[in-house]
Amino acid sequence: MAWETVIGLEIHAQLATRSKIFSGASTAYGAAPNTQACAVDLALPGVLPVLNREAVRMAVKFGLALDADIPQRSVFARKNYFYPDLPQGYQISQFDQPIVARGHLDITLENGETRQIGVTRAHLEQDAGKSLHEDFHGLTGIDLNRAGTPLLEIVSEPELRSAKEAVAYMKKMHALVQYLEICDGNMAEGSFRCDANVSVRPVGQVEFGTRAEIKNLNSFRFIERAINYEVERQIDLIEAGGEVVQETRLYDPDKGETRSMRSKEEANDYRYFPCPDLLPVEISTALLDEVRQTLPELPDEKKQRFMAEFSLSEKDATELSANREIAEYFEVVAQGCGEAKMAANWVMGELSAHLNKADIPIAECPVSAKTLTVLIQRITDKTISGKIAKDVFVELWSGESDVDAIIDSKGLKQITDSSAIEAMIAEVLENNPSQVEQFRAGKEKLMGFFVGQVMKASKGKANPGQVNEILRRLLNS
Amino acid sequence: MHNKSLAELSASLQSGEISSVELTQHFLERIKRHDSALNSFVTVTEEQALSAARQADQLIATGQAGQLTGIPIAQKDIFCTEGIRTACGSKMLDNFISPYSATVVEKLDTAGMPLLGKLNMDEFAMGSSNETSFYGPVKNPWDLERVPGGSSGGSAAAVAARLAPIATGTDTGGSIRQPASLCGLTGIKPTYGRVSRWGMIAFASSLDQAGVLGHSAADCALVLGAMAGFDAKDSTSIDRETPDYSASLSTPLEGLKIGLPKEYFDEGLDSGVGKVVDTAIERYRTLGAEVIEISLPNTHLAVPAYYVIAPAECSSNLSRFDGVRYGYRCKDPKDLTDMYERSRGEAFGAEVKNRIMIGTYALSAGYYDAYYLKAQKVRRLISDDFKRAFEQVDVIMGPTSPVTAFKIGEKADDPISMYLSDIYTIAVNLAGLPGMSIPAGLVEGLPAGLQLIGNAFEEGKLLNIAHQFQQVTDWHLQSPAAFA
Repeated sequence: MAWETVIGLEIHAQLATRSKIFSGASTAYGAAPNTQACAVDLALPGVLPVLNREAVRMAVKFGLALDADIPQRSVFARKNYFYPDLPQGYQISQFDQPIVARGHLDITLENGETRQIGVTRAHLEQDAGKSLHEDFHGLTGIDLNRAGTPLLEIVSEPELRSAKEAVAYMKKMHALVQYLEICDGNMAEGSFRCDANVSVRPVGQVEFGTRAEIKNLNSFRFIERAINYEVERQIDLIEAGGEVVQETRLYDPDKGETRSMRSKEEANDYRYFPCPDLLPVEISTALLDEVRQTLPELPDEKKQRFMAEFSLSEKDATELSANREIAEYFEVVAQGCGEAKMAANWVMGELSAHLNKADIPIAECPVSAKTLTVLIQRITDKTISGKIAKDVFVELWSGESDVDAIIDSKGLKQITDSSAIEAMIAEVLENNPSQVEQFRAGKEKLMGFFVGQVMKASKGKANPGQVNEILRRLLNS
Repeated sequence: MHNKSLAELSASLQSGEISSVELTQHFLERIKRHDSALNSFVTVTEEQALSAARQADQLIATGQAGQLTGIPIAQKDIFCTEGIRTACGSKMLDNFISPYSATVVEKLDTAGMPLLGKLNMDEFAMGSSNETSFYGPVKNPWDLERVPGGSSGGSAAAVAARLAPIATGTDTGGSIRQPASLCGLTGIKPTYGRVSRWGMIAFASSLDQAGVLGHSAADCALVLGAMAGFDAKDSTSIDRETPDYSASLSTPLEGLKIGLPKEYFDEGLDSGVGKVVDTAIERYRTLGAEVIEISLPNTHLAVPAYYVIAPAECSSNLSRFDGVRYGYRCKDPKDLTDMYERSRGEAFGAEVKNRIMIGTYALSAGYYDAYYLKAQKVRRLISDDFKRAFEQVDVIMGPTSPVTAFKIGEKADDPISMYLSDIYTIAVNLAGLPGMSIPAGLVEGLPAGLQLIGNAFEEGKLLNIAHQFQQVTDWHLQSPAAFA
């Protein structure tokens, strides 16, 4: 039987506010345990929450970027359950009146096709603290630094049809929140993570199958693997005559499998009700207008502009616009050197490769956009060849900053003197008489061999165009 | 000294006739002498009180004193007090020393009022008789076999017995007005949002409001003025200027329209209390007021709606008492669930558990619409009743409590009868309106109160109306003989 996969994602994006959503304590990551938890975060008797207006603005900004409905009024509700790292005994969240209602996001699939994914809602809530089970001799340690950190929970419609689509959606959302500067997107620190609701159904069936929720996926790779594993597990189960049960599952990245955490029967009744300590949030048109003014150019707009302005292919434009900082870097280089295609190749090629290898974001890139611009200009003005430029780039990466100084001190300037090149070629031909003979007998593939030899003799500095031209002339004479 | 009004005490302090230290000492000695019979204080803060009194004396000496500087006060043990145990009547918080102070406490500190101590109360303010306290019942100074009312029973007993000139209270369904009525005091619960809830341990957040219990409207006006005001730390506090309550006390009542809701004079009302109320209303006529019968048709729904909303909120508010970070933790828990169950099971009293159970049930999936949502709708209806009434009248009057003080233990096993103690006061909390109780007479030697209900933010008018009554009557000056 052919199966169709149905996936809905719940993304938790930690909002980049300086203080917590309902208290003045800092949200900075990595402080000593419980040093960033004030009376409100500790839920002392008698304390009260006060809403951080910045978190509201960020949620509104997100809603505007998704072209979503933003209701005039939204309500905070208490989600009641006991857990040691949940100091109040309830999480302040939003239930039936979220701050962002229905919106959508376009994703581009690997085959170039674009799909619109519905976003059901996005709501504000507070994060819990952390329970630490190691190093306490059988006891549990509680760190409440994270308690009260603002989260935006973004819920998609069950419209994703494969792990790859889920990853494409997640990546697009990841880029978007960073474009909007509402989330640092740091997945390793848990600033951007998701739960995936996964079910399968026979192709053609309208009703959804029973779903399992995979909790806390914090890397694109894990999302893809976890979903693929889960889909296979469900299909195997059904085909063997079993039934999928509605439950919460955890992905174990070491074993590459999902495991049952709790079933629906064990699920909490959260007893949601409006939080009486907080007034409903009123969103005025004035606030909407004000926040709209702060919206940056969004990834899709940027992609379209890159295609129009720089004549980039859709693929290149998509890749370059996915990350705001990379897009901005590219644009500086493209405008500076006037060769957008070359700029694109360099940014997606050498630069990305070095960044990936060093595992650093572009913000920490040792080669500035201006420096890369100069380097490309030295290729276009024929001072150096593209190949030599890669060597220069390596020097730049390791800390040098003056392109021309590197070219001068290392004597990398391209040889464009025809007589000098001709002399080098003559020497190469003289040293390889049998290959010359074969070439002249029709084995034209040997052209590459000769070019290689000449470049080697010139230490890569001979102008490749001239080498080709002169070689052809001398060999055919 | 202990029978003087706050204005008189203030004058004595300013003139140097007495010092704040002497005054504070006087009340501390009265507490020592009398409180073993009453059990109104759970913590006496002698050192802090005397140190604050010395500071007050300095301010007075250097001419920097305000009207309340140097007059001691006692706080209901629901308000967090930095460095002082704040137990809220519960074993759960018996070991809890608050690291911070409530806004109300800070404001009264700033006004220069030495803190005599923390007052007994029903556990987490859940009760109408002060019998649910972990620290034992409080006795009514008018009859030691009777309850003082609740939940601010310690506040009422302490002030009635002149162990403190004035005290704070909180009122979620009548917890200031009912004990004021049962102990012959003037008590005011202001409009919801008038006084900050920061640092006041939550029972039912949408109903809780702090206020004051004293001998007279004039005394209450002074202290309420110092407590009230917007607080950025409480999102439900209202950003509105606090009027000078003392300034408007003398406004004549000529032409005042008093509404008497017929629903407040039903068969549940004790005939003695009814007579006291009738006589008081007559007195208002002689002051130039016009009396109009009105109807608050949804009155009968107030108690049922309240006993859904208040427990629902309390079931959530009390979840933080889990034995994890502070408060009571059971011995040798075998796992997390055991720790939760035994810590809460061993430290909460029966009434608190009752209400947590009711509230949890009312919020549960499948019951939410039938209980919580419906109760919220009733709440709006009750609010609308009052809105319509205030289009017609300036103030609503009636009994505060259907009965005078009952015997300790008399209603302890009959929660419904206990819940009906608040039948006339609860609707006011549901509507968020200001309410007062003033002493209006004695029934067989026990005080009975007249309730005044005002429109939103009209506590100034209520104090004025109460003060005018107290200018022509002396019920508020009477004190229980044993504590004269």
